[in-house]
Amino acid sequence: MSSVLVFLEAKGHEVSRISLEAMAAGYALASALGLPYDVALVGVTTNPIFSTIHGKAPRTVYAITHTLLHAYTPDAWCDAYAELIRARKPAYVIFPHTYQVRDFAPRLATRFGQVLISDVTTISADTSGPPVFTRQLLQGKLNAQYRHTPQPGEYAPCFLSVQAGAFRADAHEAGSTVLEPFLPELLGCKPRTDPGDPFRASAQTVDLTSAPLLVSVGRGIKEQANLPIVEELAKALGAELAASRPICDAGWLPMERQVGSSGQTVAPKLYLAVGISGAIQHLVGMKGSQCIVAINKDENAPIFEVANYGIVGDLFEVVPALTAAVLKARR
Amino acid sequence: MKIIVAIKQVPERDARIRIDAAGKWIDLQDVEFALNESDAYALEEALQLKEANGGEVVVVSAGPEQVGKTIREALAKGADRGIHIESDDLASYDPLGLARLIAAAIRDENADLILTGLQSDDLGFGQTGVILAEVLGIPHASLILKIEAAGDGVKVLRELEDGWFQHIELPTPALLTIQSGSSKLRYATLMGIKRAKMKEVRVVPASELVAADPLLKPGQPAITLERVLLPHKQRTTQMLTGTPAESAAALVEKLRFEVRVL
Repeated sequence: MSSVLVFLEAKGHEVSRISLEAMAAGYALASALGLPYDVALVGVTTNPIFSTIHGKAPRTVYAITHTLLHAYTPDAWCDAYAELIRARKPAYVIFPHTYQVRDFAPRLATRFGQVLISDVTTISADTSGPPVFTRQLLQGKLNAQYRHTPQPGEYAPCFLSVQAGAFRADAHEAGSTVLEPFLPELLGCKPRTDPGDPFRASAQTVDLTSAPLLVSVGRGIKEQANLPIVEELAKALGAELAASRPICDAGWLPMERQVGSSGQTVAPKLYLAVGISGAIQHLVGMKGSQCIVAINKDENAPIFEVANYGIVGDLFEVVPALTAAVLKARR
Repeated sequence: MKIIVAIKQVPERDARIRIDAAGKWIDLQDVEFALNESDAYALEEALQLKEANGGEVVVVSAGPEQVGKTIREALAKGADRGIHIESDDLASYDPLGLARLIAAAIRDENADLILTGLQSDDLGFGQTGVILAEVLGIPHASLILKIEAAGDGVKVLRELEDGWFQHIELPTPALLTIQSGSSKLRYATLMGIKRAKMKEVRVVPASELVAADPLLKPGQPAITLERVLLPHKQRTTQMLTGTPAESAAALVEKLRFEVRVL
């Protein structure tokens, strides 16, 4: 019988939050289609991490166990996951859209002649027809609806990955879940990549996640010499200074001030985005902020889709005016 | 070391977004095109590797005639030659179909390294490179910031989430997808632009590749784009208008009395 299978990922000693969101997406899709849903995670069944799987109770939790799965390699992951998929034949295979999934899932889908529908933000499914998956194009400026259109005949699972924060993790519900070991054979699997241990580039001295107020600067600032105007605003507000990726890439601010999927995820009381257009990679790192203010010259910038307050204008005029107004209010 | 860099021409970042009549893409009239950002970094890494170790840098790109311009720009920056997979019908391929097309065009080159950008700024699947590695049967690593020759292969620096990194060693031939920001991008020099005009660009019509392999036929995608829509807002944005001073004053009011952070 067909099913929905969700592959989970660990973060430290727990299942990652985005994995729980992928579970919620999997459960919603399975319920709409009247299918059972299962989840899978690499590890031995006795590992306490399996008790951190929270949400709607799956039918089965597969504990994928093999010595080749101690450190991540795309070769071993593809081989092991492909074995589980071939054994259980789910109709839908769902992943959290993480860096690791981006690394191996396209290869895995290729082995089934399929294409991963990546970074999905919404799923519309009922029993009237195949589900519609929405993902973002052009850095979030356009939404696109995709359908899985397999060639008839062969077994053709639909692969998708879900964007961080796009689905709300379900509250925990106890159920009659079976925890079942899955021991892939991995015959002939010789991982060709040799991964080193993860490391951090430098000790973090700035913790953006604990700052209640953040002023964040993006490409719109144009050059490093212009940074003082946002620094003055941050100082006037008593806020920490943050940035989008291009600013840190250019070396204008240290990497530790970067917000987004490759930097820090923040949820301050106030996030004031200056000259940031709001690429998806940035939005996932800040859209949980309590209040978002955006100053941008482009009224169609995606940052305005998540902003509570917006000012369309030239930041070189608006920011100094704002600094002056803040200082006046503080006096 | 022979390095192939797969590059893509995409609408410019500031391009105006209007949905076209078919409802499946944006209206490209008056839209300017540019080299995809992370592909520019892939090209830069390739040129630096060549400078350090010698060899050849070949760029490959698929698309209509206008893609030739982006290939010339890459040649002007220092790539040695180009391969243009010419097709006016790329939208009928999904990332797997496209990767198969690219594989067919470059397989005989037997490159040591194939580099691509991490993802395109337009469709943003972030998959073509990784799929290409699977189609060619070679190992890959993604989100790469640094590459150095090491033994029979390469040692690369891979970006992980939340500010973590790791080194990976892999044998060549291999495929690497390059993250933006890895190094400073070079500009084309006048001399480079002049020289680029003399460099070879081999045009391979997609139809030629299709004739040789029915798997490459367009119009049989595993996933299909049904339509595009303008996103609707997740929050109700209150726009503060007026002169800079007026909108600043209005925002300060909000920050004091509604957000209560002042």
